[in-house]
Amino acid sequence: MLAVAAAFSAQRCKPSGPEQALTGDAASKVYVAPGKYDEFYNVVSGGFNGQIGIYGLPSGRLFKIIPVFSTFPENGYGYSEESKPMLNTSHGFVPWDDLHHIALSTTQGEHDGRWAFANGNNTPRVARIDLRTFKTAEILELPNSGGNHSSPFITENTEYVVAGTRFSVPMGDNTDVPISSYKKNFRGTVSFIKVDTSGRMNIAFQLVTPGVNFDLARAGKGPSHGWFFFSCYNTEQAYTLLEVNASQKDKDFIMAVNWKKAEEYLKAGKGKTVKAEYAHNTLDESTHTATSEILREVLQLDPLELKDIIYFIPCPKSPHGCDVDPTGEYIIGSGKLAALIPVFSFAKVQEAIAKQDFEGDFAGIPVIKYESALYGEVQKPGLGPLHTEFDGKGNAYTSMFVSSEIVKWNIKDLAVIDRVPTYYSIGHLSVPGGPTRKPHGKYVVAYNKITKDRYLPTGPELTQSAQLYDISGEKMKLILDFPTTGEPHYAEAIPAGLITPRSVKIFKLEENKHPYAALGEAKTKVERKGNEVHVYMTAIRSHLTPDNIEGIKQGDDVYFHVTNLEQDWDVPHGFAVKGALNAEILIMPGETQTLKWKADKVGIFPYYCTDFCSALHQEMQGYARVSAPGNNVPLKYSTGKIEDQTSGAAQ
Amino acid sequence: MKKVIPVLVVSLLAAACAPDKPKQQEKDAYDSYETAEPLKNDHDGKGIGQVKDVTLNTPLEQERVGRGKAIYEMKCSACHQLTDQRVVGPGWKDVTTRRKPEWIMNMVTNVDVMLDQDAEAQKLLELCLTRMPNQNVSIGDARDILEFMRQNDGEK
Repeated sequence: MLAVAAAFSAQRCKPSGPEQALTGDAASKVYVAPGKYDEFYNVVSGGFNGQIGIYGLPSGRLFKIIPVFSTFPENGYGYSEESKPMLNTSHGFVPWDDLHHIALSTTQGEHDGRWAFANGNNTPRVARIDLRTFKTAEILELPNSGGNHSSPFITENTEYVVAGTRFSVPMGDNTDVPISSYKKNFRGTVSFIKVDTSGRMNIAFQLVTPGVNFDLARAGKGPSHGWFFFSCYNTEQAYTLLEVNASQKDKDFIMAVNWKKAEEYLKAGKGKTVKAEYAHNTLDESTHTATSEILREVLQLDPLELKDIIYFIPCPKSPHGCDVDPTGEYIIGSGKLAALIPVFSFAKVQEAIAKQDFEGDFAGIPVIKYESALYGEVQKPGLGPLHTEFDGKGNAYTSMFVSSEIVKWNIKDLAVIDRVPTYYSIGHLSVPGGPTRKPHGKYVVAYNKITKDRYLPTGPELTQSAQLYDISGEKMKLILDFPTTGEPHYAEAIPAGLITPRSVKIFKLEENKHPYAALGEAKTKVERKGNEVHVYMTAIRSHLTPDNIEGIKQGDDVYFHVTNLEQDWDVPHGFAVKGALNAEILIMPGETQTLKWKADKVGIFPYYCTDFCSALHQEMQGYARVSAPGNNVPLKYSTGKIEDQTSGAAQ
Repeated sequence: MKKVIPVLVVSLLAAACAPDKPKQQEKDAYDSYETAEPLKNDHDGKGIGQVKDVTLNTPLEQERVGRGKAIYEMKCSACHQLTDQRVVGPGWKDVTTRRKPEWIMNMVTNVDVMLDQDAEAQKLLELCLTRMPNQNVSIGDARDILEFMRQNDGEK
């Protein structure tokens, strides 16, 4: 038996060659046995659900949904008093956004497993997720932006996260201008957000650019570290029917930014402080509470006055992806309306700039000659190239939206090696470590826009379809379909070993500094402050303390501050109260969370634990009594106290 | 021996072929309570765990008593009374005369293994029907709790 098992496992691990192109062994390649772990975390944007999904690769199993720019009644994010400030903006509380792209933090161009960044497209924001807790730890709003699409791409050592606006907009004191004055009044911005060693973000500077649309971006690495590349479209500067009017020119641009140069100008005091209004929201892990601060200023650099910061490189045609290969030398533009893929050479770009090899300027910014920046073109790769990633072996993988396929090609000789269909209409793709200096390779995942017939039908709306391909051999092989939530745009995958050792299991009670924490049942109490009633409650298997509360008056705002006294992994408690207008809350071990409840009616209101915690979970409950304002019931609370039945009757 | 063979097969498969649980996890001290294979020594009444021998001093170490009381209030009092009344868990009155000090400290610091393997702990689970939670108590903290229990039992 032993020998048979060993032989079987040896066969399973043979590198797959073309002879195995039939997918007979696909199941074993994606099979993760019960109790075993996946090899990679796949951190997947949720698009219009405003969330991030955490999947395992190669199994495609969904482990967690992280609410980022959306409220989440499942755990109280955006409903609990502690988390509400996280969704504050200059417009007030904005409970939804459109989350498109993921950037995992890197050190020296390689994944380090500290944070994931994500963009909010609609009300421009950037979020940071702590990968020890898988919680949204920080959200920074972006002023002078009209849709934060070209974001959150990061520099090699996570020095900066960038945020380029999709829509150019008028900015400054007078923004009430005719839409038709686009050319005169509308400007783009690219914000460089500094990230300190604790992860905390602040806008170091904004570059003000001519009015265009920014789409995607990538930082340089290795030799090109210090530069950033942004794809631009609508260089026609159209403001209506962009479908036609922004697709007129043969070439749009890739904007090359020398951010080290920008830093020099900044240091020399060339930045201009302008008025702005934007929210900066941070989670304090010791109080389990987010706070929101409105900032009033931002520093801008004007590349029209400050030369040598930005250059345009012509790129056919409405480029989406703008991807830098692992060596840092090649920049691949994916013009979504183009029939070829241009590959630019960083060395040639530098040479062209040094020689001022320009074909002219665009709104005052030098435009480098296409041929002078070009390394070469991939001819007839397919239709609608969108986005490219790399396997670290000299190959590139480009998604083709219109022809629904992934095309593998060699960067050096620009020859197409292989192509596989996707089901259907692929958007972004992701190779584990694909945007880093050291891709982990092994797989490429297609995040498709159209699902159609891939799964059991569920009415007009279908789950989104992702496909996993084995890229360990010469030929790509489809090995798994897996459904994803929301509408994934970009995703990254990271080896599990970079995350699991630092994953937080509990919050230590000793470190809980929440002002309303009850660190032990002896600390539970109920306090009245005018019309507010604060309940300092504890939860432990399997009772809530206090579980009898009287003396609440109709019209009171009752704050249930629930501290979970457990110190064991995976024992959250939940809390829900009848008639709550918001949600439930889930409280992690050692954490304190608050649910605000309006006592709007007279009567007895049950509350209970919503997260199954023990054999006596169904006993984990309590009663709150709400009395009419004129009824003089004293405030009292208890657990386990049995009163004489007759004494309560009259009150 | 019958039991050993499937284990071997599984581990061979795992060694031969990723994906597997990341190796770091086994080295992570945080996880030791889940993965450690404790020695069975539940015949001497000391329970199962790292605590083999505890020296008790008289008079009581008052600093420990104070710290132990604070930990009790934060992590234990929700389920344990200081009287002999059982609520979720047994009352603590006279626990230091019923149990050896090592058993108490092992129960507090190694509760999952104790509930799975120690006969006395299992009897308590049958009685209370709620698994005592792992409250992430260190050995030092458990020693402080023990001192507080001794005081609660009338020792000076």
